[in-house]
Amino acid sequence: MERTKKRSAPAPDLAPRDLLAWQRTMHAAITRPLAPGDRAQRRWFDGSSSARAVAKLVKPSRTLRPLERVEIYNRMYWFRLLDSMAQDFPGLRALLGEKQFWPLIERYLAANPSHSFTLRDLGSRLERFISREPSLVVPHGAAARDLVRFEWAQIVAFDGPSRPRLKKSQLAGVPGDKLRLSLQPYLTLLTCRYPVDEYVLAVKRDGALRTEASNAVAARTDSAGGSAQLIRGVVLHIAVHRVDNQLYYKRLESEAVRLLSALKAGHTVAEACAFAFARSSLGVSEQAEKIRGWFALWMRLGWLCARE
Amino acid sequence: MPANRHNGFTEYGVGLGLRVPHYRHILANQPTCAWFEIISENFMVDGGRPLEVLDAILEQYQVVQHGVSMYFGSADKPDRTHLRRLKNLVKRTKTPWLSDHLCWGSVDGTYTHDLLPMPYTMEAAIRTAQKIRQVRDFLEVPICVENVSSYMEFHASEMTEWEFLTEVVERADCGILLDVNNIYVSSRNHGFNPMDYVNNVPHHRVGQMHIAGHTKFEKYILDTHDHPVLDPVWKLYAHATKLCGVTATLLEWDDKIPSFDEVHAEALKANEYIADARTAQNGKN
Repeated sequence: MERTKKRSAPAPDLAPRDLLAWQRTMHAAITRPLAPGDRAQRRWFDGSSSARAVAKLVKPSRTLRPLERVEIYNRMYWFRLLDSMAQDFPGLRALLGEKQFWPLIERYLAANPSHSFTLRDLGSRLERFISREPSLVVPHGAAARDLVRFEWAQIVAFDGPSRPRLKKSQLAGVPGDKLRLSLQPYLTLLTCRYPVDEYVLAVKRDGALRTEASNAVAARTDSAGGSAQLIRGVVLHIAVHRVDNQLYYKRLESEAVRLLSALKAGHTVAEACAFAFARSSLGVSEQAEKIRGWFALWMRLGWLCARE
Repeated sequence: MPANRHNGFTEYGVGLGLRVPHYRHILANQPTCAWFEIISENFMVDGGRPLEVLDAILEQYQVVQHGVSMYFGSADKPDRTHLRRLKNLVKRTKTPWLSDHLCWGSVDGTYTHDLLPMPYTMEAAIRTAQKIRQVRDFLEVPICVENVSSYMEFHASEMTEWEFLTEVVERADCGILLDVNNIYVSSRNHGFNPMDYVNNVPHHRVGQMHIAGHTKFEKYILDTHDHPVLDPVWKLYAHATKLCGVTATLLEWDDKIPSFDEVHAEALKANEYIADARTAQNGKN
């Protein structure tokens, strides 16, 4: 795990005067990156002995020294957060492999500790992180970014907010050049260079096969990925959404994505339709037919909402 | 009748923690279960499947909320956004009481997602009690605080854990969720007599009990919730039930979760001790 630079930051207060100062010190000790072998770091923040430092705050037990007691919490902190990220990003783990995935996530969590009461939000900044730290995902940069966006979109689709579906009656009598609609907050539209939808399904299928082959109730896989491969193909547009609270992915035509994106941006239906086909060679009647089909489908899927 | 002032739910009997692997069985078969305890944070979401499941459960069962992130002992002030979300859930579940832990776990807005032990100081007791009162006033629901299992003790402590718990709940005028497995785990890790703990908490404030399994390692015991309840914990539970009276009891099983029926059968073993307590209670009355 990451080595801490010696003397890079002021050491936590080992003689805290109040509860807040005491908790800051203990928090620093518990959330420090683990040393190799998943051990607590032997050196304190200022380069002195961690054992001597924590012994000023923590009592020994009959069987454990103070640093060993802190180490229990230090490990639990990291294992809990790392497990959570592995559960949320199985595709990324499969793509990168164990040797690249875990160091990436450790670096991410060290730079982006949780600021939410729920672990659900833990991966919300991962895409931005790997965009800023591309060396951590070499040679998979673009594919890794596509996967992270796709897997985060699934979290949003799983329990993100919903708004009342648009009813046909709300459309009646409103001309297209006046009508503005919005999209369900749980719906994410992605443009990807890699077929991440097929890849993640394959990864999950591999995982399911491994679990079936195991007698363990909750087998934790030591490796991920199996036979799944992610090969760059044509540009794809994927909607990640839910229907009846079940998660779905749907590939979309580029014009459909342009139309939905324009609606989301606040354009009228007429403007969005024109924008969608601005570069299209399709005839007007073919465009109209596509638009009718799309709107019928999107209404059925509940993607469209009245604009607030 | 209630066993004590903070235990108005004597007849709740034995409940189970609502866990994902059992959703399908519960929704399809609607098994008999006195009540379910939910982890509040799992349902403090904006939409989707978790709330759909919760609503279906609420149609059939009484639900009690148990939290893991209020961190009554953190020096930070309560997070208003968190409280508002929690209050929305309280309105949805109509939970008769709400529990969370006597611990800290966040500082300066950064969360550890762990239940960290407190330094048992008067300053900490006063601040913690103040926070419990603030939360209770905002949520408008009775609160029980749960003792946590722990693996470290601090030089700063000025009293025992049970003295600290007593100090907090008396100052906050709230209930206790007495986790007898946590008492046992901590007693082995810190070398105290678990009976001393149970004997010395204010029994009239115990509104709920937790039982669970744990795992023994070479140098310490870990609160893993992945086993049946072990004999020493049942003994402690029997003793606590005698002292506190008939109390709503819940089995926690959070990892390596077996079938619903297996978990439920394990939980129902508590009825033997509850029957003894009821007999004793009736004798007094």
